[in-house]
Amino acid sequence: MPAIVGGENSQQKRAGLQQIQHESMSWPALYAQLAGANRHSTSLGKVWLSVLFIFRVMVLVVAAESVWGDEQSDFTCNTLQPGCENVCYDQFFPVSHIRLWCLQLVFVSTPTLLVATHVAYQNRKDKRRLLQASCRAGFLSSKGPDEELEALKKRRLPISGALWWTYACSLLFRLLFEGGFMYALYVVYDGFQMPRLVQCDQWPCPNLVDCFISRPTEKTVFTVFMATASSICMVLNMAELAYLVAKAVTR
Amino acid sequence: MSWGALYAQLGGVNKHSTSLGKIWLSVLFIFRVTILVLAAESVWGDEQSDFTCNTQQPGCKNVCYDHFFPVSHIRLWCLQLIFVSTPALLVAMHVAYRKRGDKRSMLASRGAERTPPAELETLKRRRLPIAGPLWWTYTCSLFFRLLFEGGFMYALYFVYDGFRMPRLVKCEQWPCPNKVDCFISRPTEKTVFTIFMVASSAACMVLNVAELCYLIAKALTRCLARSGDGRRRYGHADGVMADDALLQNKKNEMLLSSSTDSSSNKTMC
Repeated sequence: MPAIVGGENSQQKRAGLQQIQHESMSWPALYAQLAGANRHSTSLGKVWLSVLFIFRVMVLVVAAESVWGDEQSDFTCNTLQPGCENVCYDQFFPVSHIRLWCLQLVFVSTPTLLVATHVAYQNRKDKRRLLQASCRAGFLSSKGPDEELEALKKRRLPISGALWWTYACSLLFRLLFEGGFMYALYVVYDGFQMPRLVQCDQWPCPNLVDCFISRPTEKTVFTVFMATASSICMVLNMAELAYLVAKAVTR
Repeated sequence: MSWGALYAQLGGVNKHSTSLGKIWLSVLFIFRVTILVLAAESVWGDEQSDFTCNTQQPGCKNVCYDHFFPVSHIRLWCLQLIFVSTPALLVAMHVAYRKRGDKRSMLASRGAERTPPAELETLKRRRLPIAGPLWWTYTCSLFFRLLFEGGFMYALYFVYDGFRMPRLVKCEQWPCPNKVDCFISRPTEKTVFTIFMVASSAACMVLNVAELCYLIAKALTRCLARSGDGRRRYGHADGVMADDALLQNKKNEMLLSSSTDSSSNKTMC
């Protein structure tokens, strides 16, 4: 009995761990990472993060994924020829919109981690310098070294010098990825509108076959919405870049 | 990034809301988001798979479904709830901006060394009164909420020709041959939930209007109280000035009378 109970427990534990691993790498985990880096952003950067997670990630997860849920099961072709539907679906939807948006959101969020890495590197350098100085001085300051280390970890670095360049680079990469993915979506699907009917003559379909897409109007609405949100994010990034350049020039 | 995360964001803003704002947030999350997630999504779950048309023509069902349901109710409600929640973040940004400014001025005036961290913590945790620029931000956020609520309700009414879901729709879109009868899945249950969500939305609008009226009334009473104080102070000054003038007049009369007396005395002698 104990062995069986033990076996059940270990199975449950494995399932639990798998669930944790699955849940640990998801949108909330990404948000947690970016929120930490957000402390060193400008105000426009903070607005950009909110727009990204509320109007894009949340809408994607809560609404868009269910619109595209039945994209292949409800893709109907006017033929009984086996394999024709599969082949036509694959021809007209090489990469699904949902997957393109997921990739776009992950790539666009990543340059912020450049800034986080730079800040961590700067903090570590300052911490090492502080420890060396306190060792040499022998705790002459009124505050203990622990308090000073904590203050060092919690402070907000000004965006100047090397950090300015890292931040500006991250903004350029963001703009590049946003533009690149929007262009890819436009090229792959010939625009942002989803047609009701596509005509397919791939083998094994006999002759030209009519294929009907599921929920085309709803898909068009959400494609336009996501493209608009992406443009707004691009505008925010450009404004932030202009602000940083202006700040550096005045300095 | 789901409803729980959005609630966490808005919960932080709730500290600076009025009582009506707190009630609004509870109504939003309990009667609308929870009902949407727990109940409505399963009612609309089979909306396309159980949409049946009286034809075997391939593609006719897809096209008719797309014609009668351009955007599903569930998606409209999801978008409505996201848009309606967002103006509260305007208030959050304003509060964060104000607190950062206050913190900076406190550090500048006292110096970073002489400011105890406990004071900075109380500065971070205090509740700002809804007055001045924050009043305007809050009022703007209420206007946007009302706009989005009304806009989405109108869009739902317009797209679906009312809030009732019919059992049967007749479709003659290509490639359907002639006119085809199509039957909607669970129409009565969908009507019930549509009316429920519309009623909750209307209740939220009423709460927002009440909150707006309360804020305007509060601002008016504050203005009147300030001007009332000013008038009382001005009236008192007037009285004082009148008293001074009266006193001066009496002094002048006394001087005059004393000079005539002396002159009359001189003549008498």
